[in-house]
Amino acid sequence: MPFDYRRAPDPESAVAAATGWAGVAFLAGGTNLVDHLKLGLTSPEVLVDITGLPLDEVEELPDGGLRIGATVRNADLAAHPVVRRDYPVLARALLSGASGQIRNLATTGGNLLQRTRCVYFQDLTTPCNKREPGTGCSAIGGYTRHHAILGASAHCVATHPSDMAVAMAALDAQVAVLGTGGRRVVPLVELHRLPGDEPHRDTVLAPSDLITSVDLPPLPPGTRSLYRKVRDRASFAFALVSVAAVLRVEDGVVEDVRIALGGVAHKPWRARRAEDVLRREPADEEAFRRAIDAELAGAAPLEGNGFKVPLTRNAVVSALRELSREQR
Amino acid sequence: MTDLRRPRVLGQSPRRVDGPAKVTGTARYAGDQRVVDPAYVHLVQAAVARGVLTGVDVSAARLVDGVLAVLTPDNAPRLASTEDAELAAFQSHDIAFRGQVVAAVVARTREIARQAAALVHVEIDHESHDVHLSADRDDLYAPEQVNTGAATDTERGDVATGLAHSPFTLDQTYTTAWYNNNPMEPHTTTALWLDGDLALFDSTQGVHTTREATAKVLGLEPRHVHVIAPHVGGGFGSKGTAHVHVVIAAMAAQAVPGTPVKLALTRQQMFALVGYRTPTVQRVRLGCDADGRLAAIAVDAVGQTSRIKEFAEQTAVPSRMMYAAPNRRTTHRLAALDVPVPAWMRAPGECPGMFGPEVAVDELASACGVDPVEFRVRNEPAVEPESGKPFSSRNLVACLREGARRFGWEHRDPAPRAREEDGWLVGTGVAASTYPVTRTPGSSATIRCTGPGRYRVRIGAADLGTGTWTSLAQVAADALGVDFGDVELLIGDTSLPRASVAGGSSGITSWGSTVVAAAEAFREEFGADPAEGDEAGAEMPEGSDEYAMHAFGAQFAEVRVRVDTGEVRVSRLLGVFAVGRVVNPRLARSQLVGGMTMGLSMALHEHSVVDERFGHVVNHDFAEYHIATNSDVPRVEAHWVEEHDPHTNPMGTKGIGEIGIVGTAAAIVNAAHHATGVRVRDLPLTLDHFLDRP
Repeated sequence: MPFDYRRAPDPESAVAAATGWAGVAFLAGGTNLVDHLKLGLTSPEVLVDITGLPLDEVEELPDGGLRIGATVRNADLAAHPVVRRDYPVLARALLSGASGQIRNLATTGGNLLQRTRCVYFQDLTTPCNKREPGTGCSAIGGYTRHHAILGASAHCVATHPSDMAVAMAALDAQVAVLGTGGRRVVPLVELHRLPGDEPHRDTVLAPSDLITSVDLPPLPPGTRSLYRKVRDRASFAFALVSVAAVLRVEDGVVEDVRIALGGVAHKPWRARRAEDVLRREPADEEAFRRAIDAELAGAAPLEGNGFKVPLTRNAVVSALRELSREQR
Repeated sequence: MTDLRRPRVLGQSPRRVDGPAKVTGTARYAGDQRVVDPAYVHLVQAAVARGVLTGVDVSAARLVDGVLAVLTPDNAPRLASTEDAELAAFQSHDIAFRGQVVAAVVARTREIARQAAALVHVEIDHESHDVHLSADRDDLYAPEQVNTGAATDTERGDVATGLAHSPFTLDQTYTTAWYNNNPMEPHTTTALWLDGDLALFDSTQGVHTTREATAKVLGLEPRHVHVIAPHVGGGFGSKGTAHVHVVIAAMAAQAVPGTPVKLALTRQQMFALVGYRTPTVQRVRLGCDADGRLAAIAVDAVGQTSRIKEFAEQTAVPSRMMYAAPNRRTTHRLAALDVPVPAWMRAPGECPGMFGPEVAVDELASACGVDPVEFRVRNEPAVEPESGKPFSSRNLVACLREGARRFGWEHRDPAPRAREEDGWLVGTGVAASTYPVTRTPGSSATIRCTGPGRYRVRIGAADLGTGTWTSLAQVAADALGVDFGDVELLIGDTSLPRASVAGGSSGITSWGSTVVAAAEAFREEFGADPAEGDEAGAEMPEGSDEYAMHAFGAQFAEVRVRVDTGEVRVSRLLGVFAVGRVVNPRLARSQLVGGMTMGLSMALHEHSVVDERFGHVVNHDFAEYHIATNSDVPRVEAHWVEEHDPHTNPMGTKGIGEIGIVGTAAAIVNAAHHATGVRVRDLPLTLDHFLDRP
């Protein structure tokens, strides 16, 4: 469908240009949005092109953290020396996502806001509450290999497809947002929503809210991190299950642990229960199992994706085992 | 003069004639053809699997600026023939499968056509549909014959007795998935009418067969249909027969007189409109003695077809000739469902049909304690088992031995789940490959002297990316006894002499035999020193059916399965083939490696997921329909043994386009069993098969 196209010179005018429309979208890398335009999944009245905004820098913060501009390309972020050195979980997550061509275009903000790849969401001929509220969820009772086992609802069982966001969830990233009411900061783990009875709302953002940057707090010395992605082919596939794990062990005891899961929920899933079980416990296999079992006690697999429960358990235990071995 | 027994150009690897044009992006495919001010077509598909179309409201679509015409069953012209129901565009209000075309929008731009297509409002009285394939259905039927014209059922000896007297028996059911052909180039047709003649730039495996099919449907004399296809971006069988979009492109061009039209299917549309490989259910029964000698082979294959057009995949056919056994039986049964029309996909019959039996052989060899290479060697038949004909050549054993040597098979410990490296279980497996030598009649060629020592060879053959531009010119050079550079080959156009379709790996056999016959006729008439303008031609000579003619191969796989997650990777694939004379080693290796890669893709990834509630393939794009990526194929090797077969054709070739995909999946499944001890009988080989459940 025809739409109005505007280029914004600065974030404030981007937000202003996006304000007041029922259907508006920010265009950055376009790797998800352009597909949606072609498929007819979305037909905005106006596209605000933000590729010209001065948000394409990665900046080291005085506290030792990192500020990532919203239009920094995934490929550039993965290659950034500080990311590679201090946040290997993020570098690996980025490099495990999509393909080289897509990473060259996709941006940090766009990656966070990409939408589910649920086949029913992407097919205009099948009902979908996320695409068309109230029509029903076709995935329930259908093809659920890529669907949620945690936090889903009777209205939607879709998963968030990002790898990068899972790593950022484990890193306690903070998202800077510019809206009509000014600037605010949203913790990344609170950016995405669970589906509940409003699955058409992926995030807590309003349509004219613009992500301007993502801050990563510094990690204490001695912290190790990794990203483990399990998928059906060796590259260019969404995660069946992924694990972002951050671990600091001292004298065999877990001092700090952060675990985020991808491919299992409507949002990057921070495994708080597992973390709570593990904190101050011995960094051993038994504790790792106990921790993830506590998390997965709340799992509700669908017909067709029950394998994700043992898969998640094994992937998490392996990731923690690997991290704890590095710290012996 | 012709002497193909001592070839000079055959067996060399001249660079691809079409290479420079392709790497510089100047090769024109069907959608790239320059026509003046074209219009574009976008199709509207039924969103139910069975029903009756009660209304197509095109009013909103017609109002979009730039829309030139909208075709529907209510306004489209009547076609001359609806005998092929797949091609009967807009001739009926019955909906026979989800995705059937119910309207086509013609507009000034591709974008406008797509936008307007979304505004076409379709009303269908939905009837309950049935797309459930099962070997337990009570309405399975025996087709009159199966693809290639082979018999539906065969029986020799008595399987029950053979099994009863066998100390080792196997009775298992294997399944292969629904697979969709996905050539890189989507199916595309550019159509224009000129004074009652139709020109089609089409993405097709056969310009003449497309002409004939289209002419019949449109009620034209074939000579009034001109089909041009110099380059085709892959077909894998899906461009071997005309599909409905070709007819629609012609109708659309008719609806906007004087304007050429372009119609390119979207990737999603391809999942319903260009054929696909039927899922199969294969019950395999085998019986052997303690030495592994087979006494009985029975394969009962079930597949699906559409309600409107029958396609019977010849799944059990390879089991008729693979191994010796006195008692044998094969059957084919079909379920006619509310599904899109299945058709050819690389090695129809052999590809799915060598999965179940080749896994079964591995299972039985393991049961009786015989090495799986040796097991196959011991069951080598002296003559073709069911026909009793001698083989023109059969070098399966040589392939197995040479493959085993190259792969390092002799050091293999047969015990399953006995090797672990860095958290990965490692195993190896083997399976056999086979593909028949197919001669397709109906080709002719002409050769003309265009200057001193220079020749132009004309035949309407096709190059699907396989290398025909180069390899057929090599055949012509040796047939004429001249250098490769002295031959100018013209293919891919119905203004050239008729050629058979590129299918069944029959291209070089059929077109090559024809070119050789034309060269012989030319030399006979004009001698070694012809004048410019001298021209002669010939039709494909008749072949003999005295011999059973097949290519063979052996494929070896090394598979790694991650202990904690069950992820499956194929770390090595090695194939050795006996395919007669290899015309061009560079192109041949590409075909064989490509086939094996596609076989790996079938084993691990490919799976068209049908949601039976809706009746369509729901993972209909490349994000969800997984095809192997480069990372999935770290090491694929193809080799061949020297094979001289004087009976297949004057070149001694056997066809190489399809055999590479045959047996690969079985070799990988067998290796995965060796790695893990888990026997998977249902493809694809996904990680959940190997995950220990709580």
